[in-house]
Amino acid sequence: MIRIDGVTKRYPDGTVAVDRLSLEIPDRAITVLVGPSGCGKTTTLRMINRMVEPTEGSILLDGRDIRQQPVNTLRRSMGYVIQNAGLFQHRTILDNIATVPRLLGWTKQKARARAAELMERVGLDTALAKRYPYQLSGGQQQRVGVARALAADPPVLLMDEPFSAVDPVVRKGLQDELLRIQDELGKTIVFVTHDIDEAIKLGTKVAVLRTGGRLAQFAPPAELLSAPADSFVEDFLGADRGIRRLSFFPSRELELQTEPIVAIDAGADRLASRATAPYLLVTDLDGRPLGWSEPDRLTAGAVEPDRLLDFGRPFVPGTDSLRTALDGAVLSPTGWAVAVDGEGRAVGVVSQQVIGEAIRAAHGRVAEQADVGAGR
Amino acid sequence: MNVLNFAHAFFSDGAHWHGYDGIPTRFSEHVQYSLEALLIAAAIGLPVGLLTGHYGRGGNALALVATAGRALPSFGLLVLMFIWLGFGMLPVMIPLVVLAVPPILVTTYEAVRSVDPSPVDAARGMGMPEARVLLQVEVPVALPLILSGLRTAAIQIVSTATIAAYISFGGLGRYIIDGLYQRDYEKVIGGATLVAGLALATLAVFWAVSRLTVSPGVRRSG
Ligand SMILES: Nc1ncnc2c1ncn2[C@@H]1O[C@H](COP(=O)(O)OP(=O)(O)O)[C@@H](O)[C@H]1O
Ligand SMILES: [Mg+2]
Repeated sequence: MIRIDGVTKRYPDGTVAVDRLSLEIPDRAITVLVGPSGCGKTTTLRMINRMVEPTEGSILLDGRDIRQQPVNTLRRSMGYVIQNAGLFQHRTILDNIATVPRLLGWTKQKARARAAELMERVGLDTALAKRYPYQLSGGQQQRVGVARALAADPPVLLMDEPFSAVDPVVRKGLQDELLRIQDELGKTIVFVTHDIDEAIKLGTKVAVLRTGGRLAQFAPPAELLSAPADSFVEDFLGADRGIRRLSFFPSRELELQTEPIVAIDAGADRLASRATAPYLLVTDLDGRPLGWSEPDRLTAGAVEPDRLLDFGRPFVPGTDSLRTALDGAVLSPTGWAVAVDGEGRAVGVVSQQVIGEAIRAAHGRVAEQADVGAGR
Repeated sequence: MNVLNFAHAFFSDGAHWHGYDGIPTRFSEHVQYSLEALLIAAAIGLPVGLLTGHYGRGGNALALVATAGRALPSFGLLVLMFIWLGFGMLPVMIPLVVLAVPPILVTTYEAVRSVDPSPVDAARGMGMPEARVLLQVEVPVALPLILSGLRTAAIQIVSTATIAAYISFGGLGRYIIDGLYQRDYEKVIGGATLVAGLALATLAVFWAVSRLTVSPGVRRSG
């Protein structure tokens, strides 16, 4: 575990970048440092690998002061990823990734074999191994940066705004990839970002820093959203934190209705038995949703798929959150969300009203747990 | 008579290709002086330029040295050194080295200073020792500029090494000085042509060295 203990950093010009910060960074989890620009995130991160030395306080790694080992030994045990990847433009991709193993004295052959392994792990085509950084896109360069940091299998990974310079689509891909890699490798990751959405998506725990380098709140993302410590955190979270918080509630327990689902070849009697529902969801013969229709506009055996209403974005009850379900309901012209299985077959529909009840129930459970946790 | 005729006459005279005053001898003398001066200048300019560039300090002092170095007239320095030190190779070498150090020093300093700081930061953050940061991260990227400083210095040395002849040393300057004295314009133009040829050859050598030593990753992106 990394323990930041009463650390203050005052730069020679008098700027106090970090002010009496204490944090316990859990093992094998992603801890995100988030806050507005200039609030001391980078300084905090760089004190962990001693790129910056604290003015006061100490940092412990597994109970030992990080100053007790040679600085380069410490740094080689911590992967370091920076915003623009910082690749060595004169080295091939493979040799960039092999840097730390080479520093540790591995043979060139072994280091390169390891580097090739890492390329696959971070989702890079090994055909790129002999290329130079300028031949890669920004997103690919960032993947190389992550692979390079992971090459010597360090227990700790320090990442300073690694995905800030790429476009949103690529960024989402990189975030998903990081979560997948973290599932496999279980590193202790300290991740710096100014983007609260990124913090909430990636963080197991999130430390919100305020300008002047003081800790505003340190909590799991769901707690941050449900109980911001003060108005600074609340403002920083943004206007729609209520909606965003729904990402942490599973949609698994939503009560789905199956009666309004009819196949495209449904007979007249089946349609008649559903005539009281406000809308029916028409599916193809495999059960995949095609669209909504009012019951009286359907004629048995003669459904024209292009006259159906769009069914919006479906959700998967096992894996998606209440936020996705609600989004589906809000986007649907009928106000009903469509639930599908992993293969995209409709398994039920659910109204906004039912989703609303589920949200209230989930809030209630969280409040109960908080009370239990607080010993009340 | 024109320059081409003079040059043709000089090079087609078989007598100019043999003996202690023959083209091969004078040419290799010239190359030798130039190489020696370049090596000494590089031995001074490169380490100082690399270290000041790496640590980002001493830029103002460097600019001063460079300006002073450039302002000194090589020929004046030669005469001064000759009066002071007497006959010998040293009075020839000093002006050549003084001429060559500023471009090497200043370009090397600038080359290292202008390396993108983020790979350097990444290298340190990964636990790379400082000497390796300089030699394995900064220098490979700065190399094209560093070589261009060396090239400028080399060209200046090659053309200025003719002054060795003023104090009775060899090299291609011999033809120019003697030719002027003897009013043998064939010789003057022949010598000047050889110096120009050597300068072009120097350019070619630097081009080849840069092809061989600069990484394709740097060449294309820079
Ligand atoms: N080397 C430095 N010297 C002086 N002030 C610095 C230095 N590095 C950062 N600062 C200042 O410290 C504060 C925190 O900086 P930083 O840790 O980079 O913030 P963040 O990463 O959150 O944007 C800022 O006010 C910044 O200007
Ligand atoms: Mg920063």
